Amino acid sequence: MLFEGTPFEMNRIMLIRVGITILLILWMVLATRRMRLVPGRFQAANEFLFGFVRNNIIVETLGEKDGRRFMAPLFAMFFLVLGLNLTGIIPGLNIAGTSVIGTPLVLAIVSYVMFIWAGIRKHGWRYFKNSLFPSGVPWPLYIVVTPIELISTFVLRPVTLTLRLLMNMVAGHMLLVLCFSATQFFFFTVLADGNFLGLLGVGTFAFGVAFTLFELMVAALQAYVFTFLAAVYIQLSLADEH
Amino acid sequence: MLTAFLASAPTADVNPLLPADYDLLWSAIIFVALLIVVAVYVLPRLNKALDARAEAIEGGLKKAEEAQAAAAAARDEYTAQLAEARAEAARIREQARTDGQAILAELKEQAQAEAARIVANAQTQIEAERSAAMVSLRAEVGSLALDLASGVIGETLSDDKKAAAVVDRFLADLEADEKAKAGK
Repeated sequence: MLFEGTPFEMNRIMLIRVGITILLILWMVLATRRMRLVPGRFQAANEFLFGFVRNNIIVETLGEKDGRRFMAPLFAMFFLVLGLNLTGIIPGLNIAGTSVIGTPLVLAIVSYVMFIWAGIRKHGWRYFKNSLFPSGVPWPLYIVVTPIELISTFVLRPVTLTLRLLMNMVAGHMLLVLCFSATQFFFFTVLADGNFLGLLGVGTFAFGVAFTLFELMVAALQAYVFTFLAAVYIQLSLADEH
Repeated sequence: MLTAFLASAPTADVNPLLPADYDLLWSAIIFVALLIVVAVYVLPRLNKALDARAEAIEGGLKKAEEAQAAAAAARDEYTAQLAEARAEAARIREQARTDGQAILAELKEQAQAEAARIVANAQTQIEAERSAAMVSLRAEVGSLALDLASGVIGETLSDDKKAAAVVDRFLADLEADEKAKAGK
């Protein structure tokens, strides 16, 4: 560990995060350094990925104008989550940078601040009135609706954002650990003892490989879900009626 | 109680419900670092490239339209010029025709004047020759007549004074006679 005992303390996960961030920055800068009108293969592949986040997640949810306003944080959010998720299945790193609560929490707070800020910028303080007292509801129902809206909008949104990502990554890590530890145990302890029960290791290894591929999908899916929800929350704040 | 909790928090071993400070700090650092790179470098370039491509496609269509419009304009201009040229040619032809007519008329006039001048010259010349002939004739006719008369009468009319008087009288009679005839 580096800088132990200070707030800059670095354990393996922090090193992974910083390393991945540096890689992400290098990759993005290289990918957009010389963009041509007619793309080559490298540019086309990167543009496909960037274009997916830019158009399919951000612009389609928020529209062209608001999409551009909130594009940078959402774009950075997607690729940071994706990069940190993928470290969970990179041999040698083997743990997702998002499987400790810090990054999911920080990104959820960013999302929280963004959608509240967007709402206040658009509607002023009426934003809170619109959110908590939705129009078109008979007033006695506010007794029920308002606490629900308060909790769901201002409490559960960041919490679910954080926990969904964190738990997916932790659970994936646990599954992989379980599968590969079991494989290790069966092959090098049980089978090495001459017990043929150790051949179960073949099965656990197959599961490990399968879950590695599954984690690849989960990594991409969680990055998509996280960013998409952040964009949707902003869109809901910007919407005129709730 | 809250102050007690806050005071005790740093000394507590690890509160499992609170994220570690370094965890949050590094998360914030990497997010901000990536955000800055994305906002300052990546997105402007990406948007520029995508906008440029969209523009290139739309611009291509627009350019084609513009080219078509330009071609149409050029054709109109060409047609207009052609019409103008035709009109000009017609005008020049007309001008040439009128000029030709004018020249022709002038030439005719000149020719007429020349002819008139020649005629006048000829007349004066004829007049002069006639009067010259008349003078010479007068002398010759006189002498011839005298010779004839002296031959007829038998006497010589060699006396010049007499002869001249006779001839003059005769010619005067002749002229008077002619004038009386012309007067009639």
